[in-house]
Amino acid sequence: MSEATGPVLAADGTPLKRSLSRALRMQKLRALALVAPLLLFVLVTFIAPIADMLFRSVENEIVENTLPRTAAVLADWDADHTDLPGDDAFEAAYYDVFIAAERKLHTRLGTRLNYELTGVSSLFRKTGRALDDIGEVYQDQFKALDKDWDKGTPWAELMGTQAWIDGAQGWKKADGPLDRLVVRDDIAALLPATAAAYQEFADFSILEDDKSPLKEEPWTLVHSALYTDLAALDVSGYGGPRAEMLKAADALVATPEFETINTREALIDIEDGWADHEVWQTIKTYSPKYTSGYFLNAVDMQKSPEGPIMRDEDERIYGLLFKRTIFMSLAITISCVLLAYPVAWILANLPMRKANLLMILVLLPFWTSLLVRTSAWKVMLQQQGVINDVLVWLGLVSDTERLVMINNQFGTIVAMTHILLPFMILPMYSVMQTIPPTYLRAAKSLGANNWTAFWRVYFPQSVPGIGAGSILVFILAIGYYITPEIVGGTTGTFISNRIAYHISSSLNWGLAAALGTLLLAVVLILYWAYDKIVGIDNVKLG
Amino acid sequence: MADSGHNDAFVEFERVQKSYDGESLVVKDLNLTMPKGEFLTMLGPSGSGKTTCLMMLAGFETATHGDIRLDGVSINNIPPHKRGIGMVFQNYALFPHMTVAENLSFPLEVRKLGKSEREAKVKRALEMVQMGAFGGRRPAQLSGGQQQRIALARALVFEAELVLMDEPLGALDKQLREHMQFEIKRIADNLGITVVYVTHDQTEALTMSDRVAVFNDGRIQQLAPPDQLYEEPQNSFVAQFIGENNTLEGVVQEIRGDVCTVRLDDGEVIDAKPVNVTKAGERTRVSIRPERVEYNKDRLQEGAHTLKAEVLEFIYMGDIFRTRLRVAGNDEFIIKTRNAPDQTRLTPGQQIEIGWLPADCRALDAS
Repeated sequence: MSEATGPVLAADGTPLKRSLSRALRMQKLRALALVAPLLLFVLVTFIAPIADMLFRSVENEIVENTLPRTAAVLADWDADHTDLPGDDAFEAAYYDVFIAAERKLHTRLGTRLNYELTGVSSLFRKTGRALDDIGEVYQDQFKALDKDWDKGTPWAELMGTQAWIDGAQGWKKADGPLDRLVVRDDIAALLPATAAAYQEFADFSILEDDKSPLKEEPWTLVHSALYTDLAALDVSGYGGPRAEMLKAADALVATPEFETINTREALIDIEDGWADHEVWQTIKTYSPKYTSGYFLNAVDMQKSPEGPIMRDEDERIYGLLFKRTIFMSLAITISCVLLAYPVAWILANLPMRKANLLMILVLLPFWTSLLVRTSAWKVMLQQQGVINDVLVWLGLVSDTERLVMINNQFGTIVAMTHILLPFMILPMYSVMQTIPPTYLRAAKSLGANNWTAFWRVYFPQSVPGIGAGSILVFILAIGYYITPEIVGGTTGTFISNRIAYHISSSLNWGLAAALGTLLLAVVLILYWAYDKIVGIDNVKLG
Repeated sequence: MADSGHNDAFVEFERVQKSYDGESLVVKDLNLTMPKGEFLTMLGPSGSGKTTCLMMLAGFETATHGDIRLDGVSINNIPPHKRGIGMVFQNYALFPHMTVAENLSFPLEVRKLGKSEREAKVKRALEMVQMGAFGGRRPAQLSGGQQQRIALARALVFEAELVLMDEPLGALDKQLREHMQFEIKRIADNLGITVVYVTHDQTEALTMSDRVAVFNDGRIQQLAPPDQLYEEPQNSFVAQFIGENNTLEGVVQEIRGDVCTVRLDDGEVIDAKPVNVTKAGERTRVSIRPERVEYNKDRLQEGAHTLKAEVLEFIYMGDIFRTRLRVAGNDEFIIKTRNAPDQTRLTPGQQIEIGWLPADCRALDAS
């Protein structure tokens, strides 16, 4: 009785709990080691890609990454207004698109924004090609003043620290990447735009072109920036390297003969899309890192200044597709239940040997290629196909009015019911097998006729099989792709066909991911509802 | 009681045959008549046709030939659910998706009884098997014995006059089984119902029944009350199947009315009561119950026949002693003696003399 208080101790005096968990730890570790390969495999090849794919449905870093300055400027712009944004936005766009074009990123951005607004793709492509025209105006004038303005070394001397220049002298490709160019503090303070543009150029040239800025003539963008700085700022106090060259340029800019160009007009000149309010609005709307745009798109909505709104009636497609997918999956599930129940019953009530033989017939389709089965239905159902031929031959259908049974919903439901039938029969069969025939006998001996005995006694016990089969078939059907693709035509295709289209043809992966996420959510919600209504404990696979 | 004429016959089998495969008969020419209120047990080894008979009576199997009558009406073509026969199945067959009360209510519902009437009857039936408090439980929440009671109540709740029981106690442990035997018998007697009970447990058959039909090879070997069955087996199968039995083989030498002489295979000649031997020269199996054999000379009755025997084994079983002897070349000769204060205990190797009354020694067929 003295041991009644305090923790129970093992024979060696350690608490029993700890001693037990130590004894079990080894077992747990061993069990974990056994499942680890599969776990790792599933994690790497299945879970991770799916998570990545789902993440794409909200990910939208491309705008922010490609047009950082524009996005920052547009953050303050009131997009509801019909006015175009100010000159600073055009300036920023010029910088961003120029750099993106050098990096060849502007077309990708164009493709991305083209999902939201048609025409943006060509806008960016054209702009990228013609953007050098703007800077060349300044480049040519500076070059005419002093040839050094078009050479690598003088620019580097003007901008870079002596230490960096010394390090970069005599650099060869074989030495590996050059150190990042360091802009002198005084010049960065004096010519901020030029310093930023030059730094951008130097980084690009070192990292992506693998060339020394000492040997490369700078981008025309740098000349534009130099003009901007010289026009606005005073450089008379400068005394660093290449001071005379800079001051001469400053003097040139001050002369009335110096030719200037307005960035806004130049851009609009290149592509009049830049004068389109909607283009700027789209850029602003999609500049945050994460967007609900793909999801809105997936439910036939779009962003607008007043918040999300439904798309125009004739542009709505996904709502219809989702509804159709669910409706057809239900139709397939129900027809599977109706066809499979009697078969499963027969299988469960036949003697073993005959049941096995019939089971082979049930499983036979499993061993045939899915494509072959689907194609066989095409042969059966088409207008010049077997069924129509027989009906015409029997005189039930006239030769001119052959039934249309394929490339529509009917064809998809027929073919998919056939393909998914084994998934319904097998769980039903295994559940029915466990229902002893004595229950029916008992019911009859208690006075129930055949129907009552079946409906009150047998059927309730077979419900778990129906549940398991229905979940299996419905979930398989809702994500089915190949069969609707082949026999569905235009009215019998599923949402999965649209997802496949966006993955492989339109390359709009974000939308595909959003559609996939929604599909997954629908399945999970239905599963949850099933659990609430029927109870998942009532599902037996055998 | 066992005496039944055609007038008060309640259940009748007349020349009933059953074959499943069209090649061999499982039930061969069955004739059986039961009066109302009788508790009849069909006893036999597995495959003897007893369950088939029960299933034919319940309507789950059709007779290949012959007539089955219930209360004078041929029921061959009446489907099971219209026969109104209660049945208790081997594994109870309680519907797992219904509560106990729903199970009991089921036969009343299909008979379209009103709700209040149903509830009253269910309550009464549950109380009858002392399960009144269990109406709301599911069968899976009950023990084997409780399920057994519910199955019984369900077979009785719609007031069937005939109740069939197919090895209903087979799944219970020994103690519970004995208790339920008594319980079933009591309820059957109280309600005055007619019961056909199938079992392969002879103790069950002997303790419960008014009459026992011993089945073998598709035929009733003997139909008699338990005491008669035990003490006066009509053939060697019944003698072997019911209780323990010693057999000595030999040839009939002479039959003189109530007594015959048999020359055993080792040359010894004994007297016996001829039961189904007909003429001299026939091979026979002489049957003697172990408890009718005496080795204590003082207790031997007048006119007892004595034989030499050698003790092979002595087993102390508490209430009785069980001794294995070699008698007339038979090594498996068993005698049972009561553990009385004056009883001597035998030791293996001992040579003794045993004896019995010729009337307890029955000359049966040799097969």
